Amino acid sequence: MSSVVRTRVRGSRRIAGDWLLTLPLSVFFLAFVAVPLALLAAISLHNDAAMTHAGLHQYARFFSDSYNRGILWSTLGLGVWTTASCIVLGYPVAWLYVSSSAHWRRPLLLCILLPLLTSSVVRTFAWVVILGNEGLVNQVLAALGLIGSPVKLLYTPAAVVLSLAQIELPLMVLPLATALSAIDPRLSEASHALGASPWRTWWRVTLPLSVPGLLSGTLLVFTGAVSAFVVQTLVGGGQLMYMPFYIYQQAIQSQDYPFAAAIAMILLVSILVMVTLLNYGGRKTKGFIHG
Amino acid sequence: MANVAAARGARAAGMSFRVTMSLIGGVGVLLLMLPTLIVLVTSFTSGYSLKFPPPGFSLRWYEALVFDSPEIIDALTLSLKLAALATAIATVLAVGAAVALARRRSLAARVLDSFFMAPLTVPSLALGLGILVLFNLESAGLSFYSLLAGHIALCAPYILYTTSASYAQLDPALLDSSLCLGASPMRTFRRVVLPALWPGIASGAFIAFMNSFDNVALSLFLSDARSEVLPIRLWHIIEDSLDVRAAAASGVLILVTLVSMLIMERVAGLSRQFR
Repeated sequence: MSSVVRTRVRGSRRIAGDWLLTLPLSVFFLAFVAVPLALLAAISLHNDAAMTHAGLHQYARFFSDSYNRGILWSTLGLGVWTTASCIVLGYPVAWLYVSSSAHWRRPLLLCILLPLLTSSVVRTFAWVVILGNEGLVNQVLAALGLIGSPVKLLYTPAAVVLSLAQIELPLMVLPLATALSAIDPRLSEASHALGASPWRTWWRVTLPLSVPGLLSGTLLVFTGAVSAFVVQTLVGGGQLMYMPFYIYQQAIQSQDYPFAAAIAMILLVSILVMVTLLNYGGRKTKGFIHG
Repeated sequence: MANVAAARGARAAGMSFRVTMSLIGGVGVLLLMLPTLIVLVTSFTSGYSLKFPPPGFSLRWYEALVFDSPEIIDALTLSLKLAALATAIATVLAVGAAVALARRRSLAARVLDSFFMAPLTVPSLALGLGILVLFNLESAGLSFYSLLAGHIALCAPYILYTTSASYAQLDPALLDSSLCLGASPMRTFRRVVLPALWPGIASGAFIAFMNSFDNVALSLFLSDARSEVLPIRLWHIIEDSLDVRAAAASGVLILVTLVSMLIMERVAGLSRQFR
């Protein structure tokens, strides 16, 4: 009897993890994620479109031209500005969520989730409607008598940042709300009892403790902003060029696969550098908080 | 006397903190909702342009969408088919992997987990270009299946993530009791593990479906000349002509998203996945 029980219990460990169950997804990811990315890297290391000569020519070509470097910088700048705006707006929204009563939390959370789940083409389209020549902003400015004729708002870098900040905001608010609600409320009470003002408590106690949430939010928003093809093309228009559309243009319109692959690799590596920096920062702050 | 002044100062500081945070937070929540509402209102316009506020209200663009936009309806059908198939296949693959990886702390498990999460970090344009090159190399050419392959890779991480989170909350004692009471491992999996994982699986599948349905970057590289998915169709319309039918199509998408989100919230507790 007891041996039967023992074998069955051993069986439970097999349910909890049968390595074979990871096999189908591993094979699929090997074929359609790892191999494609390796191919991309290999193609980018070829000098000509026929792919007969290996070399670093595509990368030299990218970095030697100031036009290309400008595209890289403006794409990364887009990521930085969007992330900064999301932090400034995201903390108060997360605070509002955490400090509201249980009754209000669920509707508030659904307000944050609805834009996240709505199609990004639709959300981008909303900004085209708002910022267009006959859009809300121009109508309001004209009604106030501030402008005579419509101001060009669409197709400017500021419009791209504004739309991206709104579209990526839920991805900053959610990790921040998780981080803020995990903080022991007695810490702020202690800070208050010891005479610190709410502002001081916020800067010295709450904010440092929420850094893990801030880092994961930053990662999500930055990655999303630099690769947001739809927003960049629709709100940015034809004149503003960013890395994702540049990849598309070189691959599909110019059929220059090695150069397109090199641009894709440069974008990918910039994102990976950012991820590594944030992970490093995360380890540092953890040490700081516990030490 | 000094104490009273200090207390008043402290209260003022407390007020200023609350007022500032509530104001910016309120602006943030408004900013989250407003654009969607504006599109919804604009879609009922009676005019020919995307003027806001609209000159009058009518259902004409919805009628135009339903009765004489076969290309949008075709794109919608393809997108629904693609998202449903990609989600279904990704769910089978990812739930297996989530169950296998759950509670493992080894290096191999962590490496595999990051590998499966890669499509969330890698720009989908880069992944799309890579898969395009792969299909060209195999001279398989583009078809519905190249599109499907890309979308499965896109869907899997979401389902893996939410399923793993549900598994982490499952009490291991339940598994042991089921097995001790004589249930076979397979029966335990079906009767104990799956019911406990179901909210996580359902929420993950829903998020994956919405992401596949929404994806432009992968589809741009991976669809053949004849098939066009809905987001790309809308992207072309908005880029070229700013046709008001795009607003009507957006209106439909917003309402469907809202209704399905509320259903998922009731059935599977969707919002719990984000806490």
